[in-house]
Amino acid sequence: MSDNRNVKIRVRNLSKVFGSQPKKALELRDQGLKRPEILDKTGQTLGLSNIDFDVYEGELLVIMGLSGSGKSTLIRCLNRLIDPTEGEIVIDGQNIPSLKEKELLECRRRHFSMVFQNFALFPHRTVQENAEFGLEIRGVDAGERREIARNALKQVGLDGWEDALPRQLSGGMQQRVGLARALANDASVLLMDEAFSALDPLIRGDMQQELLQLQHRMQKTTVFITHDLDEALSIGDRIVLLKDGEVVQIGSPEEILTKPADDYVRRFIEGVDKSRILSAESAMRKVRSTVRDTDGPRTALRKMRDHSLDSIYILDRDRRLVGLIDADAASQALEAGMERVTDSMTQDFRKVTRDEPMHNLFAMFSENRFPIAVVDDEQVLQGVVVKGAVLDELAQAGDH
Amino acid sequence: MAIEFPRIPLGDWIESGLNWLTSEYSGVTRGISRITQSGIDGLNDALMWLPDWSLLVIIVGLCWWLANTRLAIGAVVGLALIMDLGLWDPMIETLTLVVIATLVAVVIAMPVGIAAALSDRLYKTIMPILDFMQTMPAFVYLIPAIPFFGIGSVSAIFATVIFSMPPAIRFTTLGIRQVPGDLVEAADAYGATRGQKLLKVQLPLSLPTVMAGINQTIMLALSMVVIAAMIGADGLGSEVWRAIQRLRPGDGFEAGIAVVILAMLLDRLTQSLRKKGKA
Repeated sequence: MSDNRNVKIRVRNLSKVFGSQPKKALELRDQGLKRPEILDKTGQTLGLSNIDFDVYEGELLVIMGLSGSGKSTLIRCLNRLIDPTEGEIVIDGQNIPSLKEKELLECRRRHFSMVFQNFALFPHRTVQENAEFGLEIRGVDAGERREIARNALKQVGLDGWEDALPRQLSGGMQQRVGLARALANDASVLLMDEAFSALDPLIRGDMQQELLQLQHRMQKTTVFITHDLDEALSIGDRIVLLKDGEVVQIGSPEEILTKPADDYVRRFIEGVDKSRILSAESAMRKVRSTVRDTDGPRTALRKMRDHSLDSIYILDRDRRLVGLIDADAASQALEAGMERVTDSMTQDFRKVTRDEPMHNLFAMFSENRFPIAVVDDEQVLQGVVVKGAVLDELAQAGDH
Repeated sequence: MAIEFPRIPLGDWIESGLNWLTSEYSGVTRGISRITQSGIDGLNDALMWLPDWSLLVIIVGLCWWLANTRLAIGAVVGLALIMDLGLWDPMIETLTLVVIATLVAVVIAMPVGIAAALSDRLYKTIMPILDFMQTMPAFVYLIPAIPFFGIGSVSAIFATVIFSMPPAIRFTTLGIRQVPGDLVEAADAYGATRGQKLLKVQLPLSLPTVMAGINQTIMLALSMVVIAAMIGADGLGSEVWRAIQRLRPGDGFEAGIAVVILAMLLDRLTQSLRKKGKA
C-alpha cells in the first residue's frame, strides 16, 4: 500500500555486535547460530542482526520490542550514536555508516532531532536555551534562534515558561521541552527513544495525542521507539516488531493484529488482542446525526457540516437504515437539482450487528472507506464504528 | 649465611638526574624564575600599595557579597586581629604566594584534567603520578626546588604548585566524567563537535566539582607556602619559622592563628563562590 511513497531512510542488512571480535560473531550468525549460542562461544553480544526496513517520508514508524530486543541500539545506529558493525543506512543518498567524522556531524545536524526517554535536558540552561540547543550547535544567530525556539515552545504549549529551569517543571512539561528542542531544530527526521515511557499513563496519553496532531500537521518523518504495544498500536502508521535483535514483523497495526507473522507475535498481541472476544458493541459510538429519506441534499450537507462528518446515514420514519450519502454525492445532487437524498445514496457500506466479533471489522475497514453501521435485527440503526475507535478499544483492552 | 644485596643507589641516580636537569635547563629555570618573581613582586606591591583599611574593606565586601553577613563580620574581626598583631604585611605576602601558586596550578591542572577525562589511556597514566605527587612528603619538594630556582619565593611557588595541583586535576577529571551520559549523548545527537560538547555541556555541568577541586588546591597551597618558609619564602610561615628558631611559642601561635584566619576566609569564600555557581 505504501510502496509508491518516497523512502526517507533505507536500512539494509544492518547488524551490530558488541564486543572485540565482531567478525567472528557474524560468521557464526551466518552459520545459523542465534544470540545465546554466539554469546556462549565468543563472548560477543549480537545486538542487531540483518535488519531490513524502510522509513517512508512523512510517516510515523514505531519500532517496538521488549527490553533486550535491540530497539535502542537500532535507533542509535540511525544517527550513529552507536556505530553499526555492518550494513547500510541510506538517508537522501548518503550512507551513514561510511560518513567521515565531519560529514557525520553535518548529517546529524541536518537530518536528525532526538527526544530521549529521560528527557536529557541540560539542567544549567533555561527552557528557552534548551530549545535553542540544536540551532546554537548549527551556528544560527542569536536573534533568529530565539524566534524559532519560542515558536517551537508555543507549539508544545509552553509559552510563558521560557525562563524557567528544567528542574522547575513536571515530567510531562520537561518532555515537552525535549520535544520543542527537537522541533526547533527542524531536522528532517524525528527520532523518539521511548519518549513517553517515563511519564505517568494520563500524561502519556495526552502526549501521544499531541504528537499525533503535530505529526499530522507537520508531516514530519518520525521513528518512535517503544516497548509498549498499546502505544505502538495507537500512534504507529506502521510497526517494526523486533525480537532478540531481529525483525519479526513489519506492518500496519491492523496487519500485526490480524495477521501475526509467527507465534511470538501471536503471544505478544495476546494481551491486547481482545478483538476475538470483543464485539462491535464495545467500539460502537453514538451516531451524531442522521437524515430522513424525505430530506433533500441541502439538509444532508448542512448536517454533515454542523457535525463535521464526511458522510451521513439515511433513515426511514421507523429509524430503519436505508442508505448512506457522502459529502461529494450530496453536493453533486444539489447541483443536479435532485430533491431527495435517496436519489444519490449508496448501499456500498458495511452493516453489522452488535455482537459481530471485532477482528472481522478490520477486514471491513481495509476494503471499505465508510464507517461501519451497527443495526439490530429490524435494521434499526444502533450506532456506528469508526476505524480509530476499534484501535482505541483494543489498546484500552490491553491495559486490563 | 645472609646474602648481601648491593644497595641500589637510587638517591644517587635521582641526584645526578636533577643535576643534569639543573645544568642543562638553567636558562629555562632562570627564565621561569624571573617571570615568577616579577609576578610575585607585582601582586605583592599592588596589595601593599593599597592602604590596609581599603584592602580590609574589599575582602569584607567580598565576603558579604559572595557569602553572608556572618562571614563578613568574622572577616572584620579576624583581619583586625591580624592587623593588631602586626602580621598584616606577612599575611599579604602569604596571600600573594597562595594566589600565584593557585593560578599556576589551575592553569596547568585544567587542561590536564580535561584531557584525562576524555582519554582513558591518559587517565590511567596520570592517576598514579598524582598519587605519587600527593603522598610524597611535602618537604621533599623543597630540596630540588633550591638548585632549580635558588632560595626564596620562586622555589616556594614551585614546590607549592607541585604539591597543590593534584586535587584540581582530579576534581576536573571527576567533574567531567560525572556529567550524565544521556546529556553527552543528547549533545552528540544534535551534531555537537567535541569543542561544543565541552564548552556548552561538560564544563558548565562539572563546574561545581571543579570549584571544589580549586578550593582544595587553595587549602593545600596555603599549607605548603607556610612550610616553604624553610627555603626562604616570605610571609606568615617565616614568622612561625623564626619563632621556632628562637623558641618563642607565643610568637609562633600568633602567626599560626593568622594562618588559620586566612585559611578560613579563603575556604569559605571559594565555597560560597561554588554555591553561587551552582545556583
